[in-house]
Formats: sequence, structure tokens, C-alpha cells
Amino acid sequence: MTDTTFKKRKKWSVFDIAAFVVLGLLAIVTFFPFYNVLIISVAKFEAISKSDFYIFPLSFDLSAYKLLLQDMKFWTSIFNSVIVTVVGVLFSMTISVAGAYALSKRGMPGRNIMLSLILFTMFFNGGLIPFYLVVKDLGFVNNILVMIIPAGLNTFYLIIMKNYFNTIPESLEESAKLDGANDLYILFKIIIPISAPFMATFALFYAVERWNEWWYALIFISDAAKAPLQIYLRETLITSNSLLSQMAQTMAEQEQTGKVYTPALQMAAIVVSSIPIIVVYPFLQKHFNKGIMVGSIKG
Amino acid sequence: MADSVTTRTPKRSLKTLAPKQSLGKTILQYKYFYLMVLPVLIWYALFSYAPMYGVTLAFKTFNYSEGILGSPWVGLENFQTLLTDPDFRKAFWNTVIISLMKLVTHFPMPIILAIVLYEFSRTKMKRFFQTILTFPHFISWVVLSGIIINILSKDGIYNQIIMLFGGDPNSPLVDESAFRPVLYITHVWREIGWDSIIYLAALAGINPELFEAAEVDGANRFRRLLNIAWPGLKSTVAVLLILQVGQLLTQGSSFEQIFNLYSSPVYSVADTIDTYIYRTSFTIGGDFGYMTAVGVVKSIISLILLWAANTFAKKMGEEGLY
Repeated sequence: MTDTTFKKRKKWSVFDIAAFVVLGLLAIVTFFPFYNVLIISVAKFEAISKSDFYIFPLSFDLSAYKLLLQDMKFWTSIFNSVIVTVVGVLFSMTISVAGAYALSKRGMPGRNIMLSLILFTMFFNGGLIPFYLVVKDLGFVNNILVMIIPAGLNTFYLIIMKNYFNTIPESLEESAKLDGANDLYILFKIIIPISAPFMATFALFYAVERWNEWWYALIFISDAAKAPLQIYLRETLITSNSLLSQMAQTMAEQEQTGKVYTPALQMAAIVVSSIPIIVVYPFLQKHFNKGIMVGSIKG
Repeated sequence: MADSVTTRTPKRSLKTLAPKQSLGKTILQYKYFYLMVLPVLIWYALFSYAPMYGVTLAFKTFNYSEGILGSPWVGLENFQTLLTDPDFRKAFWNTVIISLMKLVTHFPMPIILAIVLYEFSRTKMKRFFQTILTFPHFISWVVLSGIIINILSKDGIYNQIIMLFGGDPNSPLVDESAFRPVLYITHVWREIGWDSIIYLAALAGINPELFEAAEVDGANRFRRLLNIAWPGLKSTVAVLLILQVGQLLTQGSSFEQIFNLYSSPVYSVADTIDTYIYRTSFTIGGDFGYMTAVGVVKSIISLILLWAANTFAKKMGEEGLY
């Protein structure tokens, strides 16, 4: 974003070299754990004895992936997460785009009160128990919609969107009005199309949020058939009480040669579940700098 | 945040010359906008304000069959119990310490990173570094915790390195003295790149001519940072600092991170108000009225912190949040 500043020198300054070293080290530290995940996911059971296999892959074995992909619970959780992500993004984008656009209208009576009420929720809330009871009374217990509706609005994104709409010149809307368009028509036919990249960024933000959702599921969903991917991962990775990790464990114990190494299975689950994020990441990366820039904090 | 109703754009000021419209007429004119904002308002009413009403539960003993409304009042009893509850006290101090330490260890990092990235003149490489450093932000704490647990496990890379240098293998995740640093380090790991974006945006907003002029005048890099970059960053830093202080107890002691990483051996140093409420209410079965009171104390402290930070920022000559 600062590409066109005057600092376009060809030569490496001392500062550049120092910055390169610091950034390089930081990048290695940041990236290494993910590389580690990849290596372990393809490690053979016997590889544990080799002390250095963590840095370089010494074995290549896809049986962890095979076992993972045979697990029905894994597919159910993926299915649930896909539903939550797709429907969730539609829900979140519809209400936040419309709401943010309306809230960007400075002349609307009551706008300041609405904005203050919304901002206040960033700093004060009823806490977990009242929230739980209200959401329970609304019928969201063991209902997949809990990850779509109560989870579906991000105040921070709403404010950034509102600030973004404020930057669109009013003359655009006024000329459309002269042609007889109403406000809804203007939003859907003019404003949204011209801000497509911006909208895409926030749709992706919401998509990542929904894909990573587990807190609402932890609290409101006890029915395993409705659990999203992150709950499945939690069981496999952290509490280790998923059927799958127990299976791998017993398999490994029974035959010492062992077919699947439990950490390999866990890391394979991480790899597979992260594929969608890795796929959308380049798009996210391309746009979020601009998105955040127009948004800033204040409005 | 509060723009006045009369606006400053020249186009609108023409309107104000026209005879004043009645409020009813203006509202009618904005009918579609009210329609658009309605779902958002309903959402906040249901999921933010209705639970706020539920705060009255803090003054009640929760009765399952009666719900929030019908549960009997007990006055301040829940709050009196709080004062003598050792678990609450521990959770409270853990929350304060973890949040404050996270603020101290993390807050300056993205600012430093943004300045280094800004000053780094290789554009393509800059992008590359940013891409890598922002990535962990998009991975859930569940997955990141899985990775961290693996790295710090008995035969994980951490212990391999320790043993390489002749140390004894250990696991920081079950070690009371090492658990909190794990929280601080992994928090920086996840958020440094993401948090630096907003500072980079602020830096990009500075007029490059200022830098050029300073360079012509012979200012070195440090001088330019101090006299041009820093003044340009200052207000962003202030706003973010206020926001973070206001949300200190909520986000500082992130439930997602701690809940996925901790286990019973480290409860004494890691059980925060949020994890305490969750554990007690949903796994042990504590009284919902009492647990609501715990949450209320947290929210009130957050509000006081926000107010204090904002007042302080205003005294320092910054704009503040409100």
C-alpha cells in the first residue's frame, strides 16, 4: 500500500538488511508450526523413534488421511460447517450490508441513537448466563441455526461497512433518484455492484468466522449429529476423546508396527479442515488492507 | 460517532434553506432505510439487550421452572457471596493479570512491525512477509491449540530441541509458571500481522511529501520516524489502546485461547472469569443467579476501565472514543 512512496530505491540499505533479517526470522517462527503440521500428518508410526523427523520429513505415508476420510463423523461435521458457512454468510451479509447502508445516512432521524445503542454492546453485555437463557428460550438449543443467527452479526464489521458507505459520493445516489429509483433499488443495483470487492472481503471474513465457529456449538449443541467441524476437531485434537483418535490409539497399541500414528491423524484433520481457508486466503489478503483502510475505527 | 443531524455538505445546505420539513415527513422520506436497518435492530434487541435485562438474575436465585422473570429475588446476596468466594477471587486476579500482561506484551508489537514493514523498501518481499504473518489470524483457536499442544507435547518439537541441548523434557502447558507465557507468546504469534494492518493503513495515510521534505532537510530515519511517522500514528494508537483497555477483561483473557489450552494442573493460574463461569455453570452446575453476578462484576469493571482510558486519552490531548 505504500508502494508509490518516494522510498523506491534500488539499493539495499543497512536498514533493509536488518529489517529483512528480523522479518525473515519472524516469518519462520510464524510459519514453522504449520509446516510441522504437514510433516507430522504424513509421518509413519515408526518415525517416532527417529528424533529428527520433525524438521525434515523422513517418511511419507497417507494412511492417516485414509483413516480420517473413512470417518463418517468427520463428513457429518464438514457438512454441518458447509451449511453454516453458506447460509451464515448470506444471513450475515444481508442484514449487515442493509443495516450499515441505512446507518450511513446522516439525515435519518434516530440514527445517532441507533449507533450509540449498537456501539454500547461492544463494551457491555449481560454475560454468558443471561445470554444462554435468552437464546435457549428462543429455541436455539441443538439447532444448527444458533451458529447462523445469534452468531451472525459482527459489530466491528458493521461499523467498518457503515464508514465505507459514507465514503461513496452522494451525487451517485441523487442522480439515480432523479431517474426515479428508490432507496432499495439504489442499494442493490448501484451501491453493491460498485463495491463488489469490498463486499467480497467482508463475505470472506464472515465465511472464515463461520467456518471457525465452535463457541456457540460448545454451549448450545450437544447432539453430535449437529456438531460443526471445529467441535469435531476439538474432540480429535484437544480432548482426544473422539472415536477416531481412540481407534488410532488401539490400532497402534495392538500391532506394534502400527498403522496410524495418532498425532499424524490429528495433524491430517488440521490440514483437511484448513483447505478452504488456504483456498480463500489469497483473495482475503488482496482486499483486506483496503477494506480496513477505508473503515478505520471512528465514524 | 455522533454526527449532528444537520450536515455540512454543500448539497445538503441548500436543503436547509428550504422551509423546514416536519419530522414526520423526514421519517417517511427515510422509510426504506428504516426497513433496511430493522433486522439489525431486532438482532441487537434479541441478542444484546434482552440478555442485558437478564442481568436482573444477578439479584435472584435461579429457578429453572420459573425462568428469569419468576425466580425469587435475593437482593445483594450473590454479590456478598462473591467477596468470600476463593474461586472467584482467583479467577478475577488471573483475568486481571493475564489481560494486563497481554496488553503489555502484545500491544506495542504490531506497531513496531508496521513501522518496520513501512520502512522496508522491497515491495514484493514486504507483501510476502505480510501474507505469512497475517495467516494465523484466520485459523481458529481450536486448531491453533491443537498445533500448540502437539509442539509442546512429550515428543513434540519443543522437547526435541530441549533434549538436543541436554535439558530435561517438560510440558509448559501443565506447568504453572510456564503456562501464562505460553498464552502471551501464542497471542502475539496469532495476531501480530493482523493487528499491524491498521497501523500500516494509518502510516499510508501520511502525506509522503512530508517525508521527502524531511529527507531533503537532512533528517535521518529515526528523526523522520519521531517527527513525522509517530505524529501520524498517534491518534490511531490512542483509539486502539482505549478500545483494548475497554475490552481488557473480555478479549484480553480470551476464552477461546485459554479454554482450549488449559487443563486442571494449571487452573490456579489460568482459570479466568469467563472460563470459571463456563465451567461452573455448564459442567459443575453452579447457581445461574450467582454466575450472572460474576459476569456483571466483570462487565462493570470493563466499563470503568473504558471510561478511565477514554478520560485519560482526552487529558493527553487525544480525541478519545466519545
